[in-house]
Amino acid sequence: MKITEEEVRKVAKLGNLTLTGDEVVRLSHDMDEILTHIDKLNELDTTGVEPMAQVLYDAEETATLREDRECTPLGSDAAVANAPLSGNGYYKVPLVIER
Amino acid sequence: MDIASLTIDQIKTGLTARKFSASELAIEALRFAESENPKTNAMLLFSRERALAAAKKVDDQISAGEPLGALAGVPIAVKDVISTKGIRTTCGSKLLEKYVPPYDATAVIRLEQAGGVIVGKANCDEFAMGSSNENSAYGPVRNPVALDRVPGGSSGGSAASVAQGTSVVSLGSDTGGSIRQPASFCGVVGVTPTYGRVSRYGLVAFASSLDHIGPFARNVRDAAILLGAIAGHDVHDATSASAPVPDYARLLDGNVKGMKIGLPKEYFKGLASETGDLIAKGVDVLKKLGCEVREVTLPTTDYAIACYYIICTAEASSNLARYDGVRYTTRSESSPTLIDMYRNTRGEGFGAECKRRIMLGTYVLSAGYYDAYYLKAQKVRALIARDFAQAFTEVDAIIAPVSPFPAFRLGEKLNDPMEMYLSDIYTITGDLAGIPCMSVPCGTTAAGLPVGMQILTKHFDESGMFRLAEAFEKAGGVS
Repeated sequence: MKITEEEVRKVAKLGNLTLTGDEVVRLSHDMDEILTHIDKLNELDTTGVEPMAQVLYDAEETATLREDRECTPLGSDAAVANAPLSGNGYYKVPLVIER
Repeated sequence: MDIASLTIDQIKTGLTARKFSASELAIEALRFAESENPKTNAMLLFSRERALAAAKKVDDQISAGEPLGALAGVPIAVKDVISTKGIRTTCGSKLLEKYVPPYDATAVIRLEQAGGVIVGKANCDEFAMGSSNENSAYGPVRNPVALDRVPGGSSGGSAASVAQGTSVVSLGSDTGGSIRQPASFCGVVGVTPTYGRVSRYGLVAFASSLDHIGPFARNVRDAAILLGAIAGHDVHDATSASAPVPDYARLLDGNVKGMKIGLPKEYFKGLASETGDLIAKGVDVLKKLGCEVREVTLPTTDYAIACYYIICTAEASSNLARYDGVRYTTRSESSPTLIDMYRNTRGEGFGAECKRRIMLGTYVLSAGYYDAYYLKAQKVRALIARDFAQAFTEVDAIIAPVSPFPAFRLGEKLNDPMEMYLSDIYTITGDLAGIPCMSVPCGTTAAGLPVGMQILTKHFDESGMFRLAEAFEKAGGVS
């Protein structure tokens, strides 16, 4: 076993996911199968290989960072328009700190 | 006018000869789409108001004698992971059931600037995760070629819509094959351009280092025209490339004599199937056109699935963290504390495939595992990219299958995620390397199911890829 149900519950907490008991059982099976397949990568010697963090690293020059200039942002009304709960241009969430 | 088989050129001719107006075309296209859509569920929403406004703009240009854009009057479907200002964009997820983007994706702005008429939003797998379009919260899409079968995924709606005729061309997105695989299943052309060729601004992020927007069309020329309209640098996407965009459609000169074609031996071993036979026939057509065919090797192929499912899940787990009940329309009601609200909103909102990928991605990025998984995968990704770079020193284009099998039945592979993942083997490598690749129709199986042939070229050589695909199509493909 690559991953136990207890580990699945721990990862779910890290990923902020509430899972049902059935989902935990199912996911430990699925993740085990996938992680076992992923182990295959250890067969490859990657000593001295640079990790590919930039996709076009071996293509021609594509650096396209924009100039740092002022621009008008979306505005808070538009930004919070999709929030389930908002007020005064802010997002509202359940109580975090009691005064 | 046969709305289900229209091409961009036919529309342009019809508009300039005043056979029909853009508004008449839009009304007829919407009427047809609304009446036909229930058969496939390819479209989630029709954007009548916006379509008619765009069509009117084109008609005004015609009246004023102004030059028309490349997509003037063309009815277009947009995958529902691509943001449309004021028009609901659900990403196929229950979580975004009511989400209305406050801005347009750059690709959407550009296709409307070129005169395109967006008729609606296309169904897809939830957050573009899936290979069958069965992971949509709004029901699966049926393949218009065979209604008991899947259209492929994740851009299943975009492919099915073009095949069915409810749009002339469409936009999809591809992270591991989500354009090419459904294109092959539905018998249409689907293009994944070079990474960075089309701005990702407004494309709801799944795996940022792998995500692409690209076109679907019923022929190569239309796909080339659509890509030309949406490609190019964008200040809103720092990974978008500044390289100039060629006039792809003008470069379709049919001249492929002497073009060097590589067949990667790793892709053809064990492909003893109708799919393999049809690709072999496709290669024969290319030989007759004067292409020189040779074997090439892409030795890291066997490791691509493992590499891909680390990188894409890691990036997905980060990108999907934002759906926490605070900003995006849906919040779990029964949560007294902030952390419970996050967890319950996500637990109730995400479907099984998204949860699987969030979990896997969170696991591979968790403390102590980063080097063993994500870093290792990035190194293997470099080797996969190097394989292609090496092959392209010997050949101009690579020919490969798109999928090991044609469209399967709804429900057939739903309970085996690993089998579904393994079927992505021929498409994920192109995404990992960031090179342009496409699926072009290559005949049908005895049961009448379409098969796609994949063409891959080096970074930014979409022109060469289109030229080969169009020459193949003009030669009649495989019958």
